[in-house]
Amino acid sequence: MKHRKQHLMKWLSLLPLGLILFLSGCSELTVLDPKGPVAQNQKDLIMFSIIFMLLIVIVVFVLFTYMVVKYRDRPGRGNKDYDPSLHGNTRLEILWTIIPLIIIVILSVPNVQTLYELEKPPESTSNKDPLVIYATSADWKWFFSYPEQDIETVNYLHIPTDRAIEFRMSSADSMQALWIPALGGQKYTMAGMETKLYLQADEPGMYKGRNSNFNGEGFTEQTFEVHAESEEAFSDWVNESQNEAPDLTQDKYDELLKPGLLNEMTFSSTHLQWVNHGTMADKDYAIKRHREAYKELLHLENGKEDGNNEH
Amino acid sequence: MQLDEFFVTGEPLIYGAMVSIALVTAAIIFILTYFKKWGWLWREWLTTVDHKKIGIMYIISALAMLFRGGMDALMMRIQLAFPGMNFLNAQHYDEVFTTHGTVMIIFMAMPFLIGLMNIVVPLQIGARDVAFPYLNAVSFWSFFFGAMLFNISFVIGGSPDAGWTSYTPLAGAAMSPGPGQNFYLLGLQLSGIGTLATGINFMVTILKMRAPGMKMFQMPIFSWSTLVTSFIIVFAFPILTVALALMTIDRIFGSQFFTLTGEGMPMMWTNLFWMWGHPEVYIVVLPAFGIFSEIISTFARKQLFGYKAMVWSMIVIAGLSFLVWVHHFFTMGMGAFVNSVFSISTMLIAVPTGVKIFNWLGTLYKGRIQLTTPMLWSLAFIPSFVIGGVTGVMLGMAATDYQYHNSYFLVAHFHYVLIAGTVFACFAGLVYWYPKMFGHKLNERIGKWSLWFFVIGFHVCFFPQYFVGLDGMPRRVFTIIPEWMPLNVISTVGAFGMGMGFAIFVYNIYYSLRYNEREKSGDSWDGRTLEWATPTPVPFYNFATVPHVEGLDAYLIMKEKGQTTFDEANLKPIHMPSNTGQPFIMMSIMFVASFGLVFEWLWMAIAGLIGVIVMMAFRSFDYNDGFYVKVDEIKRTERSARGL
Repeated sequence: MKHRKQHLMKWLSLLPLGLILFLSGCSELTVLDPKGPVAQNQKDLIMFSIIFMLLIVIVVFVLFTYMVVKYRDRPGRGNKDYDPSLHGNTRLEILWTIIPLIIIVILSVPNVQTLYELEKPPESTSNKDPLVIYATSADWKWFFSYPEQDIETVNYLHIPTDRAIEFRMSSADSMQALWIPALGGQKYTMAGMETKLYLQADEPGMYKGRNSNFNGEGFTEQTFEVHAESEEAFSDWVNESQNEAPDLTQDKYDELLKPGLLNEMTFSSTHLQWVNHGTMADKDYAIKRHREAYKELLHLENGKEDGNNEH
Repeated sequence: MQLDEFFVTGEPLIYGAMVSIALVTAAIIFILTYFKKWGWLWREWLTTVDHKKIGIMYIISALAMLFRGGMDALMMRIQLAFPGMNFLNAQHYDEVFTTHGTVMIIFMAMPFLIGLMNIVVPLQIGARDVAFPYLNAVSFWSFFFGAMLFNISFVIGGSPDAGWTSYTPLAGAAMSPGPGQNFYLLGLQLSGIGTLATGINFMVTILKMRAPGMKMFQMPIFSWSTLVTSFIIVFAFPILTVALALMTIDRIFGSQFFTLTGEGMPMMWTNLFWMWGHPEVYIVVLPAFGIFSEIISTFARKQLFGYKAMVWSMIVIAGLSFLVWVHHFFTMGMGAFVNSVFSISTMLIAVPTGVKIFNWLGTLYKGRIQLTTPMLWSLAFIPSFVIGGVTGVMLGMAATDYQYHNSYFLVAHFHYVLIAGTVFACFAGLVYWYPKMFGHKLNERIGKWSLWFFVIGFHVCFFPQYFVGLDGMPRRVFTIIPEWMPLNVISTVGAFGMGMGFAIFVYNIYYSLRYNEREKSGDSWDGRTLEWATPTPVPFYNFATVPHVEGLDAYLIMKEKGQTTFDEANLKPIHMPSNTGQPFIMMSIMFVASFGLVFEWLWMAIAGLIGVIVMMAFRSFDYNDGFYVKVDEIKRTERSARGL
């Protein structure tokens, strides 16, 4: 018996080591490898919660193993330590009600704090005004309108680093969600209302963004790239786009709204001049123009989409 | 409408399915005719109002649905492990995950548990049937025809493809035209009628028909879980009924409740769906808790630890289950205050659930644990469910949920709670009560093989999904980037392990039927509650004499006192309900009406509805009060069943 206990202790002492290895492996995962203050905030909270969760898991697993090993009906055990009339213990039951309650209070405080923080631009760059980008989703593509710069892009983003981005989001048709895991959590885009999402990149780089809320056949391919770059590089890109990209006409925009996949595109004016899908008045803009097109299938297969291909 | 619009065409897999459906149907018809079993089928099964037979039919249907939903799952796993093969294209994949989710929740988990409730609850509380046996048959047939309606969609008309949540506007007429989504709406509506009726039925049965002397806090815990579940059903299902009706009217008659046009509010669907959908989660998990409690107590050979706390925690969970629905869409932008409130109410559920976990551990403490197959399923549940539970708390933290939402982290979480909770409980409960149902146990050795395949396969399948979710893999995608490949391949291997476990389980049913020894007494596991007091096979009237209950674990007390449910001196004639074909006929007419509505053939729908009303009128003038079982017959039956 004593021998087995020592054996068990040896293995248990390996547990923290295993945890460290395990958690260091996790830091490669996108959500746990944040590239901006919002995602960093969320990652910190995730790690904070994981510590408590692992604590609970370990306590339950140890107790569970102990009970099953010790109280198994082994041959020769007989009625030793067997107490069929044991039916409860008020003190213990109060204890295991209170401890989870305390854990929930401990988790709720930073959770609520973070929830309120996420509704504002990150504090680290509060000296600068956030860059406003209107993100409009449509089956199955993204329009990003830069009202100050008078630029509109399709399926890609350029953002300056170290400056908060204020996404004003809406959808032309189905409910979708804008998610750039490296920069922070997602939020839905809906027709007829505007949602706001603040994100920020601290490191230059190329990040993946996508619609994460299922909205039909083209859902899987509804992705975009985020180019985070220095303020100078960003203004170079703005100037170049304004000089070289064509204007976005309403006819062209209406055509692009048609359900389907699109390549990356750049325009030197935005659709906000004639429609804002985030208002009640414009929520049926796309469906009115393309009602029939929503009924058609694209017959998408892996790697060989038909019609207007991505890159 | 052209024939090629009616049948789904152009898919080799579906042609294969059509052929196999035709062959199986032909085989069934042939066997029934050859062995002259049509009369038997009608008399013994289609017209029965016996809760035990209805329960068996529920479970057989649920196992068939588990097979169907499982095939869907394997198809998805094949596609995700080998996206280059183009096994499924985007549209086909969308249909498969939609039917997988709907079938598993609505047509597998709930009917399986309702089947076990049907068989066990009246026996546990010492009743001779449920309160409304006719209504019980209506419930079963409405579920059965609802499930059939939903399942034929993949060969006729096309499957729904908007996800089991069917969010509008995607699921509306404009973006999901055709009969597919209508199959979802009417299949759920039809079976929902049955679920609601079951809720009422069991509520009344448990409140009014307990054996004399059985106080509320002396009820077996599974019956308690059924009572709490019935309350949730009665409060939650009307919301689904209304929501489905509104969307049906939207799609078929052009109203604008959830549309983008007019005054439509697509987000209202999301709210209504989850106001039903979250309580639904507890509808399938509370009975599971009840099953585990019974089994753990039986095989730890100990009274349940903290019985009262177990009951109250279920009641608290049921109350909270109506106050957390917003956590399914924290990301809709309701603002920090609303999200904070629902975040905290969500995490609070962890407290009563934690209490239950510790009470199960307390039941094991100082027990004499027998590792039978049902006990192993229950033991496998505890650690697995804890992993699902703690990740549920993580998802409940709204601020971080923005990163988990719609990702495989979420997929892993709800499979951890629904499989480790509900599916393990279905297997555990079926194995545990199997001898009561069929007069022989399932083979233990084969049963353990199926358990280990299933449990290990389950962890191999879903544990990696937490990590691939944190790496940004969203749910419902039909192809993946190379970074997510290794973990997805592991998942697929695990899924096939689970499939193997299920196959062995089914083989065990066949093997045990042929080779396992028949039960001689009704008390197969040295049980504690009244269902084990009946002989096996259980006579259709359940109890020759209803015992007077004097405490928790009523049968244990009876055994100590040497009492049985056959007190020859005190036999009286027993009043029982007559069999009737009306529920079957009424619901098959309802099926026709719903089928008409799916294809928007209004003449058919109206004709069907008139037929249903006629059947109801017919029932109103039905003065058949049932019949009395004579004392002689009771004596004969009991003597032969008990080998006296």
